[in-house]
Amino acid sequence: MTGAKPAPAQFLARADLQRLLEALRARGYRVMGPVPRDGAVVFDEVRSVDELPRGLREAQEPGRYRLEPNGRDTVFDVVNGPGSLKPYVFAPREKLLQVEPEGRSFRAQELHPDAPKLAVIGVRACDLAALSVQDRIFLEGRYPDSYYAARRRQLFLVAVNCTRSASTCFCVSMATGPEATQGFDLALTEQEWGFLVRAGSALGREVQQALPLTPAPEAALARERTSLETCAATMQRKLETADLPEVLYRNLEHPRWHDVGSRCLSCGNCTMVCPTCFCHDEKDEPLLGEPDEAGVRSVRVREWDSCFNREHAQVYGLNYRPKIEDRYRQWLVHKLASWIDQFGTSGCVGCGRCITWCPVGIDLTEEMRALREPGA
Amino acid sequence: MSGSAPGEPRRLRLAVHKFASCDGCQLQILNLEDELLWLSRRIEIAYFLEWSSRSLEGPYDLALVEGSITTPRDAERIRQVREQTRTLITIGACATAGGIQALRNWADVEEWKRQVYPEPRWLEVLPTSTPISAHVRVDDEIHGCPVNKEQVLRVIVRALLGTRPDLPSHSVCLECKRQGHVCVVVARGLPCMGPVTRAGCGALCPGLARDCYACFGPCDDPNPEALAARFQDLGLGAADRV
Ligand code: SF4
Ligand code: SF4
Ligand code: SF4
Repeated sequence: MTGAKPAPAQFLARADLQRLLEALRARGYRVMGPVPRDGAVVFDEVRSVDELPRGLREAQEPGRYRLEPNGRDTVFDVVNGPGSLKPYVFAPREKLLQVEPEGRSFRAQELHPDAPKLAVIGVRACDLAALSVQDRIFLEGRYPDSYYAARRRQLFLVAVNCTRSASTCFCVSMATGPEATQGFDLALTEQEWGFLVRAGSALGREVQQALPLTPAPEAALARERTSLETCAATMQRKLETADLPEVLYRNLEHPRWHDVGSRCLSCGNCTMVCPTCFCHDEKDEPLLGEPDEAGVRSVRVREWDSCFNREHAQVYGLNYRPKIEDRYRQWLVHKLASWIDQFGTSGCVGCGRCITWCPVGIDLTEEMRALREPGA
Repeated sequence: MSGSAPGEPRRLRLAVHKFASCDGCQLQILNLEDELLWLSRRIEIAYFLEWSSRSLEGPYDLALVEGSITTPRDAERIRQVREQTRTLITIGACATAGGIQALRNWADVEEWKRQVYPEPRWLEVLPTSTPISAHVRVDDEIHGCPVNKEQVLRVIVRALLGTRPDLPSHSVCLECKRQGHVCVVVARGLPCMGPVTRAGCGALCPGLARDCYACFGPCDDPNPEALAARFQDLGLGAADRV
């Protein structure tokens, strides 16, 4: 992927969308895309455009998500679901090392991940922004993560610009959307008769050339501008960012922390669905079963962990975040404030997933509003 | 009888004891069919009546204890088990929390006896059903109703290595999300107990689009009040909540 300016848009007829899937498969990609499953739209393998969420959109609010018909012939009208790109680069659970005895010492062998070429269709601007946040965490600095890197290299990203937002979205506040401007190989804007297509990388241009494209009509481009502007202008949720991070550092003893601590389940769902959260646990597990003779060899496993688990803050003889309110504060202050100090970027891209997928509907934008009010 | 071939390390002596329970957790041990074959090279099943009526005298290196304490005789027997055992680990909801039979703890047992049995005077039971840890020192607990056999295996292997079991204490939600299941509270409005329930089952029910009903008991530091308030919003009445 390059930072090159996207090429001028071309037009792909709706009936030819399947050609995109085929062009990607012909280049050895396993193709993932949005599919309806168990009442939500999630990323899964798509072989045919018929598997996409045709004629559906979603209604999202804090703690609630429902798919509903939109009365149109669209396939990309569902903004997002609980899944993001995160599991494709940072695996929910993976084996890192195998350790076995060697003489009087031991030998640790890196277990390289099996990273097939993966194309993901339907990635949103906020997802691309989140991926670039995760790239900073996993790839920059002194210790790049080879497991993440192996998968990241294999991604081909087909973005879809958002022409409507969910009520939980606030990407405009976070300056990450609704239009995908960086980090994609191809970007689509869905319109009634088809898609405006732009390439964002050399690989994207190559795939683009395999498609039956025509020059984009002026009217379609004008309609696209209007729809993106309307989407941005009508976004319901907002998060004030001008006074971050200081506003949080100033309010570490605000009574609102206690209040949210009484409502929060400490279940960790917000951190699981957040496309930037990277906390994990690493443990050594004895390899079981013949011929291993139980416990002679072991594997080091890494899996998604959450700062909402009390154990996450357990050090020898002491837990430094014993109460739920301590853990909620840790999460929010890290996400919106100390992340900036640590990585030079906000930890939040405004995708709204933590709001929708919180079982009790806790809304960080609402918490921030309350934290700005003088405490009682 | 040591049961080890010459030159091999001494096998770990395992005992499995049953108190007031349904035997389901013991069955999970027996369900470790393939693993028991190779495990038997490293462990000696010295006492496990559900496995074999042939039993060996203590002491035992490791005891897995199923069931709760509901009779004076059991209260005495668990003390003997403890004396004969180096590491005692309780398995399942009965042993770790008292089980479904602990409903009696909030009722009049004498009254229940009269209602159920024609000759209640022959029953010698305690007024309560209590976890093993209320009677003797317990080294570790494996939760679940029934326990997850993979967890039992991990605990046995850890005992072979002389280390503590490493089982999750967090909510089912983490397991649920790591596997990419769609949340049934958010997408379907079902009253899922996952947020307050200990992980360990692998989020079986949410994986089948069903709500969790808390087989593994409370997770570490749960917030049941907040979840109950949410269930009320979803339309569950006070009578549906315990
Ligand atoms: S904190 Fe919430 S809104 Fe922000 S990126 Fe994470 S999940 Fe999305
Ligand atoms: S904010 Fe919501 S999703 Fe996050 S831990 Fe609390 S209850 Fe769970
Ligand atoms: S379905 Fe249940 S276990 Fe899964 S995330 Fe939702 S509340 Fe948690």
